[in-house]
Amino acid sequence: MSDWTWVVPLPVVIPLFSAGLTLALWRRPRVQPIVSVTALVLVLLSSVTLLVLADDGPLVVDVGGWAAPVGINLVADRLSALMLSVSSAVTLCVLLYSLAQGRDDDEESAPVSIYHPTFLVLAAGVANAFLSGDLFNIYVGFEILLAASFVLITLGGTRDRIRAGTIYIVVALLSSVLFLVAIAAVYATTGTVNLAQLALRLPEIDPGTRLTLQVLLLLAFAVKAAVFPLSAWLPDSYPTAPAPVTAVFAGLLTKVGVYAIIRTQTLLFPGGELDDVLMWAALATMLVGILGAVAQDDIKRLLSFTLVSHIGFMLFGIALSSQAGWTAAIYYVVHHITVQTALFLVVGLVERVGGSTSLTRLGGLAKVAPVLAILFFVPAMNLGGIPPLSGFLGKLGLLQAGVDAGTPLAYILVVGSVVTSLLTLYALVKAWNKAFWQTPQDEPRPVHLPFGMVGPTAALIAVGLGLTFAAGPLYAYTERAASALTLRTTYVWAVLPDGLRGEGESADLSEDDQTPPPPADEAGDDS
Amino acid sequence: MIDMAPNLTLVVAIAVLFAAGVYLVLERSLSRVLIGVILLGNGANLLFLVAGGRAGRPPIVGLEDERQMSDPLPQAMVLTAIVITLGMTAFLLAMAYRSWQLHRHDEVQDDVEDRRIARLAAIDERAFTDADTEATLQSLDEEAEEARDEVDDGLVREARPDDEQRDKEVAP
Repeated sequence: MSDWTWVVPLPVVIPLFSAGLTLALWRRPRVQPIVSVTALVLVLLSSVTLLVLADDGPLVVDVGGWAAPVGINLVADRLSALMLSVSSAVTLCVLLYSLAQGRDDDEESAPVSIYHPTFLVLAAGVANAFLSGDLFNIYVGFEILLAASFVLITLGGTRDRIRAGTIYIVVALLSSVLFLVAIAAVYATTGTVNLAQLALRLPEIDPGTRLTLQVLLLLAFAVKAAVFPLSAWLPDSYPTAPAPVTAVFAGLLTKVGVYAIIRTQTLLFPGGELDDVLMWAALATMLVGILGAVAQDDIKRLLSFTLVSHIGFMLFGIALSSQAGWTAAIYYVVHHITVQTALFLVVGLVERVGGSTSLTRLGGLAKVAPVLAILFFVPAMNLGGIPPLSGFLGKLGLLQAGVDAGTPLAYILVVGSVVTSLLTLYALVKAWNKAFWQTPQDEPRPVHLPFGMVGPTAALIAVGLGLTFAAGPLYAYTERAASALTLRTTYVWAVLPDGLRGEGESADLSEDDQTPPPPADEAGDDS
Repeated sequence: MIDMAPNLTLVVAIAVLFAAGVYLVLERSLSRVLIGVILLGNGANLLFLVAGGRAGRPPIVGLEDERQMSDPLPQAMVLTAIVITLGMTAFLLAMAYRSWQLHRHDEVQDDVEDRRIARLAAIDERAFTDADTEATLQSLDEEAEEARDEVDDGLVREARPDDEQRDKEVAP
């Protein structure tokens, strides 16, 4: 099995290399797409390979051959591999969609030469954040994807994009500073930033200090994941970007934050001290998000609010701190990445046909573009949680896990999530009715929808439907992923086989004093 | 044992940087926010130096006694963080300039939605309009261009001559 570890860095290395290549080829707009599509297909293939391989146990690469706690390591366990596979499938679909959009019109939304390198860097950053086995490297992954997202969200530098981008960028930078402070505090306390070593050392430190570290890390990730009350930036900044960009942001960026929360809550802080706080945050995220969505009359903003709201479902699963809760949360993340991206891509098509995303102006699209009506309807029902679609299965899993937990707070959350599902359904049905059935103010002119745009959207919706048909094996897989998260030892021993050093080159341990650095509460003692 | 007693000068410097940074980030002008972000970033970088323990000899194996060395790992992390902050600063600076090019000011504007709801509440209207109510025919993007709160003094936008004209066009 160890022969296959060379696959692990590929999802990071291939897009970064191709980003450089596409940047060098900026004068050749015909070659650029070939390079980026090839790169993302390769990433998808290697991610799926990892998905299969990681089922037998985590794959670990000590980058540069330096042993784990000293060097940086990449770890592909079931959770990482699953997130990676879904995200690379989604990125590929969005890239194909944006290529077709670029071919079809030369508006400001069309990909300019900087689009391809940036998009690839974004893919690399996402992959790095998923694979990294080191807290500081997760930070670097975040920064890579944020830098790319800054460029993408202000693409073209128009007025409203600069306005929306300002808020997005300042909030993102502040959360990065918070993350950096958290890392510094973690290092000062434990003397390491390696996740596996932290999992060994954190239980030994003072509980108060540990709680502070947990709060700092959770705050930093909650801003990224758009958890209420740290979510206000999202609905204001996402809708102005070009449709494919919004789609990929909505699908992936918040989920990277959710992934980071899952990782820290399961591996680093398994005690579940903050679960009650997270539960309340989840409830507030669900309700505030969906009430915001109900009040909107712009589809893009409406979907941004549902995005915030459904982050609450994942947080609910995480906060249950049970294997069933984590299983359902991971399944829900997979479902939500595909369905939310698909919806934003469809809205891009709606904007094309109807010339607007305002529900006031749209209307009568069912007559003009019946295919579009179906394309919107299926993921909308999926998000609302209509059986037998994957949204229903994910929510059912969460509700079951909540009832199993049996605490009063869990029951409140169960009720809250049912209410949120119903309101989601209401908001989306209202949007569908208005966009497709309402008598239009001015008769929409028939617009040709390029197959290149409809194709990837339909493919993504098909993937979403596939999650229903493959629900058995997939749910079993997420269950195994969750059980590995519960055990923790699988991850730790894969990275540090002898509990001290990973495989690779490092100074002989006997030279060092093997005592770990002192906990913070003894910090004053001089040697 | 590693000496972890923090250097008081560094701690005071960090506190000052963070305080000034937070104050500046709360400002309206993007250039001040930018300076605030830089100060916060530098505060976080200094925090890493504290995290590394007491300053020591250069960490070069073979030249120095290992017990006298300072911890190289936080310094490596700080270098990475400095480079990242530099890149982000450059981007933010470019964006502040672009904002100035477009608007002749670099103020961070309000959330359009907040302003719209506040305005509707002030004149007691529905939260959204659709075909049943009267359409204003103004999309959020268009409003975003107009939104600059320090110019407006009241919540209710002054009726402009073209508003009436627009309403006439809408009326069947």
